[in-house]
Amino acid sequence: MADAAPPSSPTSESPAARLALIAVAVIFLGFFLFLPLIAVFTEALRNGVGAYLAAFDDPDTISAIKLTVLVAAIAVPLNLVFGLAASWAIAKFEFKGKSLLLTLIDLPFSVSPVVSGMCYVLLFGGQGYFGKWLQSHDLQIIFALPGIVLATVFVTFPFVARELIPLMQEQGTSEEEAALSLGARGFRTFWSVTLPNVRWALLYGVLLCNARAMGEFGAVSVVSGHLRGLTNTVPLQVEILYNDYNFVAAFAVASVLAGLGLVTLAIKTGLEWRYGDEISAAHRR
Amino acid sequence: MSQFRFRSPSALPGFGIAYGFTWIWLSVIVLIPLGAVVLWAASLGPAQIYAIASRPQTFAALRLSFGLSLAAAALNAVFGLIVAWVLTRYSFPGRRLLDAAVDLPFALPTAVAGIALAAIYAPNGWVGSLVPFRIAYTPLGIFVALVFIGLPFVVRTLQPVLADVDRELEEASATLGARRATTVFRIVLPTLVPPLLTGFALAFARAVGEYGSVIFIAGNIPGVSEIAPLLIITRLEQFDYAGATAVATIMLALSFVVLLIVNLTEAWTRRRLGRG
Amino acid sequence: MDLKIRDLHKDYGQFPALNGVSLDIRSGELIALLGPSGSGKTTLLRAIAGLEIPERGQILFGDEDALSKSVQERNVGFVFQHYALFRHMKVFDNIAFGLRVRGRARRPAEAEIAKKVRELLDLVQLSGLEARYPAQLSGGQRQRVALARALAIEPQVLLLDEPFGALDAQVRKELRRWLRAIHDETGHTTVFVTHDQDEALELADRVAVLNKGNIEQVGTPDDVYDRPETPFVYAFIGDSTSLPVTIEQGRALFEGSPLPIGAVDSPDGPSRIHIRPQDVTLANPDDAAVHGEIIGLRRSGAHRRADVCVGKARSRIEALLSPETDVSVGERVGLAFKGFAAYPQDPTPPKLGLARAA
Ligand SMILES: Nc1ncnc2c1ncn2[C@@H]1O[C@H](COP(=O)(O)OP(=O)(O)OP(=O)(O)O)[C@@H](O)[C@H]1O
Ligand SMILES: [Mg+2]
Repeated sequence: MADAAPPSSPTSESPAARLALIAVAVIFLGFFLFLPLIAVFTEALRNGVGAYLAAFDDPDTISAIKLTVLVAAIAVPLNLVFGLAASWAIAKFEFKGKSLLLTLIDLPFSVSPVVSGMCYVLLFGGQGYFGKWLQSHDLQIIFALPGIVLATVFVTFPFVARELIPLMQEQGTSEEEAALSLGARGFRTFWSVTLPNVRWALLYGVLLCNARAMGEFGAVSVVSGHLRGLTNTVPLQVEILYNDYNFVAAFAVASVLAGLGLVTLAIKTGLEWRYGDEISAAHRR
Repeated sequence: MSQFRFRSPSALPGFGIAYGFTWIWLSVIVLIPLGAVVLWAASLGPAQIYAIASRPQTFAALRLSFGLSLAAAALNAVFGLIVAWVLTRYSFPGRRLLDAAVDLPFALPTAVAGIALAAIYAPNGWVGSLVPFRIAYTPLGIFVALVFIGLPFVVRTLQPVLADVDRELEEASATLGARRATTVFRIVLPTLVPPLLTGFALAFARAVGEYGSVIFIAGNIPGVSEIAPLLIITRLEQFDYAGATAVATIMLALSFVVLLIVNLTEAWTRRRLGRG
Repeated sequence: MDLKIRDLHKDYGQFPALNGVSLDIRSGELIALLGPSGSGKTTLLRAIAGLEIPERGQILFGDEDALSKSVQERNVGFVFQHYALFRHMKVFDNIAFGLRVRGRARRPAEAEIAKKVRELLDLVQLSGLEARYPAQLSGGQRQRVALARALAIEPQVLLLDEPFGALDAQVRKELRRWLRAIHDETGHTTVFVTHDQDEALELADRVAVLNKGNIEQVGTPDDVYDRPETPFVYAFIGDSTSLPVTIEQGRALFEGSPLPIGAVDSPDGPSRIHIRPQDVTLANPDDAAVHGEIIGLRRSGAHRRADVCVGKARSRIEALLSPETDVSVGERVGLAFKGFAAYPQDPTPPKLGLARAA
């Protein structure tokens, strides 16, 4: 972060202009960022702490929380393994077609979440390519856990890989080569040389991946079928409560997700301040 | 040894397994499912896609999504520039907090943002009750949600470039007698055009596909405040996969065209600016 | 227009970058600020331009107090080391910028601006390149555009910060001569910064030598070279080595024995004498007051340089020899000095290294 110029600098705006610009920025961010955040918590606590807590007695809400944790517990490790494999191959080796591979890995970021869900419906839905076959074998993917997991893996696909790749590329291969020359085996080298070097970036990627996995709405909405108590994740439960005009409960559940987001943001910001270099400059987006 | 080498030799082990796994997993999760969309769209053919898209409801949804996304990205370009400027160049109490908060739209799950925005801008909400016109449940409400979701893209693309702007350029301009405003508008801002375009494009692309933060505040009245992603979901729920695919295809194609234009402009400006 | 700088102080935090600098610059003069890295050259130049605001002191443009004016009002032409050309503007627009941004009342008509730009392009020998972008120019060409841009506003003073620092030796030499020619043609009061003493001595009417935020000496190239006023200037300009001596009633004693160099005008006590390599001659080791061992021989252009280690403290003295001189490393030689300099209160060897932040 660049240090701001001292107030007397002849190449900066006049104090009045600065003040005006700061005011505009603060008001704009206040309206668009802080107000919604504050709203979540005030609406949740509108009828007091008792009503807030009561929202979590709802069995549907409890099963939604369980489902969300389960989905994240499957999706995040899958993407973690993928991220490690992809970054090892891409960052440590030179091969043809690397930039194509990189572009394809980033692809899920530029696809609308709704379309991400839709592709699985086109494959596995009732009228989809494998719909008939799945039905005849009594298998269900859409409107069931596998569909939700697939959609979640899709939307969180690039998170870990894109944190690791630029950093590992920057670090090059000399440390691994040194370890190998000292007689370490391949996996040992990876475990005790490569991984420690990228640990903060890895944590960072996993954190973002997890937050998105737990908070994903659009893609999951398409494949879940909204069966209360069965295929509703926490964000979908928020929607249902909200559409039932059960606002306090909706915001109470939402506040948990918001809390998760805030904690993620806080850790992420902390990591960036402390380990900015180790997370690599390429991540900021 | 042939001239073509797939990969340069390396002493490190594990390329084969890592590379193979990457492609397999990529195919299973991303390529095959997206391939299904392409296949479905191909089986419809351009004529039928066009026919579906020109139905009034579909056309209105597409026009709404693209129009509002462009407008929101434009507003973000202006205010995102101010925010990035203030955050990189001035020091004031609370700057770091503000800087961290820019990532809120990434951090808050979209559904949470959606109901919060709806509550604030509803007729009886904090902001909604202050203004004499309706915001929530109208296209204006959609616009608000799209601004929220797009802001960090512009700010985060601009910040590093702004921090790197050569201060000597501004000093040179000042010694030549240019007033501060002249320096800002004629010297600094032109160098920010490429990242501004990139940020605009990213914000736009995100807005077109955005669903969660929009539907609660949108009102979702077909032909008036129904966005294209919602229309896809509606069609899927009616088992009208062709209709859904057509909307998705057009969304992708139009986004692609807009991004292409923006990228070409950006590349062109960048080439022209070169290194000074 | 002449320029007066009085007791200028500029601190960065605790560190004094300018520590009471006073300097008079005459109208139409070309003056060089010379000094080691970190000595405050750039800071002084930027203070004159109004890009730094000094804590204390006075800057007068003629009789006008410059410190009460903003950068924009000072009307100085500043040429940056790395050109600072506006890269989204063509060469023409870069040069015209200063004229176009003037207030309506003082802004020349576009046709006049074009005429002026053409003249300047002629002056800096870049006619025909006005439609190029800076990225399409060589380093030397860019620097000439930067100069034309600074000249366009008809500045009261022209300030150049290491204008040739980023260019290769050949181009540097060429531009040096050319800058002098342009100065003689336009007659601007010009201050330029350099840490290259050849450049300063060759180009400038006068040279101001800076050290640690202070001016050590101001004078013509001959003054600073032949009559350095401080040990720092003696050591910084041209080559020299020095010997620790003790002064006793105007005589210099080296390790107890008097040096045959005549009277030394210094108070009694420990001091040093400074000697240039070309003032050192070899003598018979048995008769010479100073003798030592040759520890190194190097070829340098038309001459040969010998490093001689003398005395118990093994001080190093450098001698410039003709290449025919028949000596070898390890040989014992005596030294005689044709010239020397001594300064009061000068017990330690001068430091020419980087000035360090306190
Ligand atoms: N913006 C700044 N903040 C803090 N210290 C500074 C700043 N600018 C310069 N200094 C310090 O002031 C001293 C003088 O710097 P200045 O740039 O004037 O040196 P210089 O003589 O131009 O050196 P060089 O030949 O390397 O360009 C240096 O020690 C430098 O570290
Ligand atoms: Mg300097």
